[in-house]
Amino acid sequence: MALKIVKGSIDRMFDKNLQDLVRGIRNHKEDEAKYISTCIDEIKQELKQDNIAVKANAVCKLTYLQMLGYDVSWAAFNIVEVMSSSKFTYKRIGYLAASQCFHENTDVIMLTTNQIRKDLSSPNQYDTGVALTGLSCFVTPDLARDLANDIMTLMSHTKPYIRKKAVLIMYKVFLKYPESLRPAFPRLKEKLEDPDPGVQSAAVNVICELARRNPKNYLSLAPLFFKLMTSSTNNWVLIKIIKLFGALTPLEPRLGKKLIEPLTNLIHSTSAMSLLYECVNTVIAGQYSCSVGRIKSHLLCVQKLRILIEDSDQNLKYLGLLAMSKILKTHPKSVQSHKDLILQCLDDKDESIRLRALDLLYGMVSKKNLMEIVKKLMIHVDKAEGTTYRDELLTKIIDICSQSNYQYITNFEWYISILVELTRLEGTRHGHLIASQMLDVAIRVKAIRVFAVAQMATLLDNAHLLTGNMQRNGICEVLYAAAWICGEFSEHLENPVQTLEAMLRPKVATLPGHIQAVYVQNAAKLFATILKNQEGNTDSTAAQETSQMMIDRLPLFVQSANLEVQERASCILQLVKYIQKLQQKDVEVAEEVSALFAGELNPVAPKAQKKVPVPEGLDLDAWINEPPSESESEDEQPKAIFTKEEPKHSRPRHTEVDEKELARRREARKQEQANNPFYIKASPSSQKVYQEAPGVEHIPVVQIDLSVPLKVPGLPMSDQYVKLEEERRQKERAEKKKKEKKKRKEKRSGRGKKHDSGPESEEDITPAHVVDIVTEEMPEVAQEDQNHLPSPYLCRVKICICMFCLCRPLADSEKLPVRSHRAAGAPKSPAEDGEAENATPQEPKKKSSKEKRDKKKDKERDRKVRLRCWKHLPPSGHKSDSRSTPSEGRTAARRQLRRCNLMTQCFTFLVFPFSRKVCDIQGNLQDGSQVVVSVIFENKSDSFLKSMEFNVLDSLNSKLQRPEGSGPHDGLTVPFQLPPGVSNEARFVFTVQSIVMPQKLKGTLTFIVKNEDSSTHEKLDFKLHFTCTSYLITTPCYSDAFAKLLESGDLKSSSVRLEGVNMPFHHLLARICFHHHFSVVERINSCASMYSRSIQGHHVCLLVKTTVSIDAKCDEPTLLGNVLDEIKQTFSQC
Amino acid sequence: MPFLCLFFMLLFSRQGKLRLQKWYVPLSDKEKKKITRELVQTVLARKPKMCSFLEWRDLKIVYKRYASLYFCCAIEDQDNELITLEIIHRYVELLDKYFGSVCELDIIFNFEKAYFILDEFLLGGEAQETSKKNVLKAIEQADLLQEVRYVIKPPWEQ
Repeated sequence: MALKIVKGSIDRMFDKNLQDLVRGIRNHKEDEAKYISTCIDEIKQELKQDNIAVKANAVCKLTYLQMLGYDVSWAAFNIVEVMSSSKFTYKRIGYLAASQCFHENTDVIMLTTNQIRKDLSSPNQYDTGVALTGLSCFVTPDLARDLANDIMTLMSHTKPYIRKKAVLIMYKVFLKYPESLRPAFPRLKEKLEDPDPGVQSAAVNVICELARRNPKNYLSLAPLFFKLMTSSTNNWVLIKIIKLFGALTPLEPRLGKKLIEPLTNLIHSTSAMSLLYECVNTVIAGQYSCSVGRIKSHLLCVQKLRILIEDSDQNLKYLGLLAMSKILKTHPKSVQSHKDLILQCLDDKDESIRLRALDLLYGMVSKKNLMEIVKKLMIHVDKAEGTTYRDELLTKIIDICSQSNYQYITNFEWYISILVELTRLEGTRHGHLIASQMLDVAIRVKAIRVFAVAQMATLLDNAHLLTGNMQRNGICEVLYAAAWICGEFSEHLENPVQTLEAMLRPKVATLPGHIQAVYVQNAAKLFATILKNQEGNTDSTAAQETSQMMIDRLPLFVQSANLEVQERASCILQLVKYIQKLQQKDVEVAEEVSALFAGELNPVAPKAQKKVPVPEGLDLDAWINEPPSESESEDEQPKAIFTKEEPKHSRPRHTEVDEKELARRREARKQEQANNPFYIKASPSSQKVYQEAPGVEHIPVVQIDLSVPLKVPGLPMSDQYVKLEEERRQKERAEKKKKEKKKRKEKRSGRGKKHDSGPESEEDITPAHVVDIVTEEMPEVAQEDQNHLPSPYLCRVKICICMFCLCRPLADSEKLPVRSHRAAGAPKSPAEDGEAENATPQEPKKKSSKEKRDKKKDKERDRKVRLRCWKHLPPSGHKSDSRSTPSEGRTAARRQLRRCNLMTQCFTFLVFPFSRKVCDIQGNLQDGSQVVVSVIFENKSDSFLKSMEFNVLDSLNSKLQRPEGSGPHDGLTVPFQLPPGVSNEARFVFTVQSIVMPQKLKGTLTFIVKNEDSSTHEKLDFKLHFTCTSYLITTPCYSDAFAKLLESGDLKSSSVRLEGVNMPFHHLLARICFHHHFSVVERINSCASMYSRSIQGHHVCLLVKTTVSIDAKCDEPTLLGNVLDEIKQTFSQC
Repeated sequence: MPFLCLFFMLLFSRQGKLRLQKWYVPLSDKEKKKITRELVQTVLARKPKMCSFLEWRDLKIVYKRYASLYFCCAIEDQDNELITLEIIHRYVELLDKYFGSVCELDIIFNFEKAYFILDEFLLGGEAQETSKKNVLKAIEQADLLQEVRYVIKPPWEQ
């Protein structure tokens, strides 16, 4: 025995300690992995020994290896052993290892509860300290619950060292075990006045973080914090307190007035940049409503930020710009005066600073300075090294110019020439962006077309300059636009034959296919124009020459490998040949040829479709094919819906939403905005501009008196348009002045405004061209959509929740009306078993039966709709199929939504899980572990619903994906608010580990119901049912592949009989396909084989016989069993 | 979204080797590795003249290079970048005081000490002690406790 001990000790003297390990790793650079694996073997041996010192040494080494990325979870139990050592040396190492290696799912954590409790109450403060530190890293909800009381006691420990740690860790405990907050809070509050400054600042930290989560509860502490703020000199604490006030002020506007003074004092006095920055940020974000002080304080902030930006420290510069962009949103004027500084930052060495400055510029442009800013940017484009930054500049220039419907552009000739200049950029990825701008401007600004066509013709002529490296160069996309514009507006071309010649050069064949196709098509348009021009001439040879050129050049494109090009070219070639024949017979063809391309292209509003009245006799909801027989009886139902909704589509409806209605809505919106503390009121001037913009019709289109010929040989320069524009503006101003003078003379009143000299204001600048602003076509709808106007007559709050699992729309039990505690008269049918537990049992029964009837009808209709959608799915292509699943679901959901409108419920909440392949570009997410649940929220009450939070109690298997860094119990904020009668869809992603079992997840939806005079917090419980079926994806399978699959022998089989089903066989199959996402592989007489795939790639094969039995095979027996159960259930409910 | 001062702190070398990691949010090892890899690449790719902040996913990254080591922290969008830089600097000062002009090797070979110091300075992502003196005092006393029993006597001498 003694010998054994001695031997053990001697061995141990040769053990590697941490330093040896590190040294060893450094010496084995070539075969590090091998070396480490031998080390891990050694460590495993060491862990088997009884000596705690050896174990601690081993655990210490493991902690190091864990950092290098090796998995050490196997040693979790040994770590616990070392943690429980009575010696501080080892305990410290044990806790360190635990805090580095343990996470919530480490199962040995539950063994540690008693050990930690013992350490917490240890007489040695460092034992306690180590335990607290460790706990802060691996606290679980269980540990938090069990130890909350112990930690709370420690908050009153005699040693400030412990108190401080205990206070900080309490925050972690609150997060994991929220129930502990209420009992612990009084003590936490006491700690704000702890004699020890460390403890005090810890308490401030914790309360500040708590308050940021839920500021309302901490308003009462404001006076206390105010005292601390004015007395404390610790910058760390001050920053936290200021942050806390930042969270409180929106709830208590009076705080703002009170804070503005100490904050400005701090801004003036502090030398700590971090504190200054915090103050400035808080002032910017705050609602400091006293207007004078607010303007002053903002000016002060801008001044201070200017100092930051001018600083040589890159960090301060960056933050200054960042804060500036926040001010820009509320006080654009005060930032605009610092344009010089921002433009300077574009020269900075640091790209991130340049990008920030670019962001700022976007918000700073006005009609007046747009040209100047863009000119500066163009210089930078020329200078910029590195394509990423240059591309960024390019997109920014286009963004800046095109923002809010080209609001700031006064001269489109200038803009076109800017775009043309941008085409000279080599190697940019954004050719398509320039192209789409060219197209957009040329189509929408009619006055510019002559100019644009001339420029585009030049571009086409010089195409060889742009396309050095044809295929890879993104800039050649602009040729697409150029060719199209030249073709479409060819009547404006000065020399169409030359352009046609340019478009048919052999070099064109090296362009990407889609561009060639446009070339060919537009060559035809050009040809038509040329014919028209030449027809009048007496000499017909010119026309024939053109035809001959077409016939000579087009065969090149007929041979193109690109189908589109080939098709168009051969079509047009034949056409031209025919024309030539006619020409030779001296027949006038021009009229007929140009008729091919007749008709002007006008811009169309995105919502214009809604304006088109549905033609009489067209019933969009009528069946195209005969519906499945079982639902025939319900045929009239969709029609009923349609007639009810029809007025919405017809014209009169819109004229009814007239000025009055609009005014009323505007008023309501203003009211809403005034009450909403987060709504940033626009400055009056910008509002004016906004109102001006859409109604540009009355602005006179000024024809530019061109002293310089616009058509510049070669590529144009935008600069000259800057000058021209200046001249134009000057002229305009002069004219205006004249007019004013005249007026004044006429009036002879002394009430003259100061319109002369002084800088012209925004509104004075009139654009040279009018943009066809499409939104004006449908202002009512647009506004309605954008603002979600709440209806003005809000009175009752009636909320009801209704949940449907679309994957199993048949089951009555799935349709579960869940009521909130304030709902009245919501139905509950007695048939609803299992999931009905959420409904409160107090509804009148009468209604419930009626409701049920309604539902049944709805259900049938729904089924129809879904079948229809399903039928329209493309029958081939694995990929397209898997993608079409969600869209199918969505369409169905929308239909279902319409159906729900008929129901008496007020607040509808639809849930349908469907699976979707997630294609992550980085490939880090594995296919099949995610399920997307789309939820449609519809507000059927008359109140405004906001702050909706969707939360689901995760199970081990299925977890709601929450944003990074949020805890496992945090709800997800639904990213929209719901005015009455509005519905919207939110998507939630769940991570599912195993898909073989069906699952139900409990969840709650919390939201605020806002009425005219009050707002209440409401909560709704619901359940999400993830059936196994919902993990299946309809995947087509060919019969030979199917046979191979069955032969492989990897599949387990099972079978089921469906009792009491008497429906035609094809209906039965259709049902399985539809409800359970199968596809029919083959059908032979009395049986059919079907196939489906799970999102994790399990194959499920069915053999369905007319005797209504199903033989099934699958590689996962549990999954198969559950799917079969679900199928059985579907049919048992028929 | 838990509000935290820091989400994590990483120390890595110019070669991209991780020297220290401390996570104040519960994440799986896989996620941690992924984040580390991405961040190390992003930070190392930045030019020396660039500012110390970058936006990454929905977090803000604050980093600073001291000699051959990068110190890198993640904070929430609303948090103060400058105070985070201050935290990093404070930690470097602490290491410097403890090891006596610290170098990368000190942290490699005494990585557990580096952790102990960090744990005394930050707890759960919050600065728990703003006085350098107090932090060092706590560490020294704890070390003292350790030194007493540090020498493992062979059994025949006990």
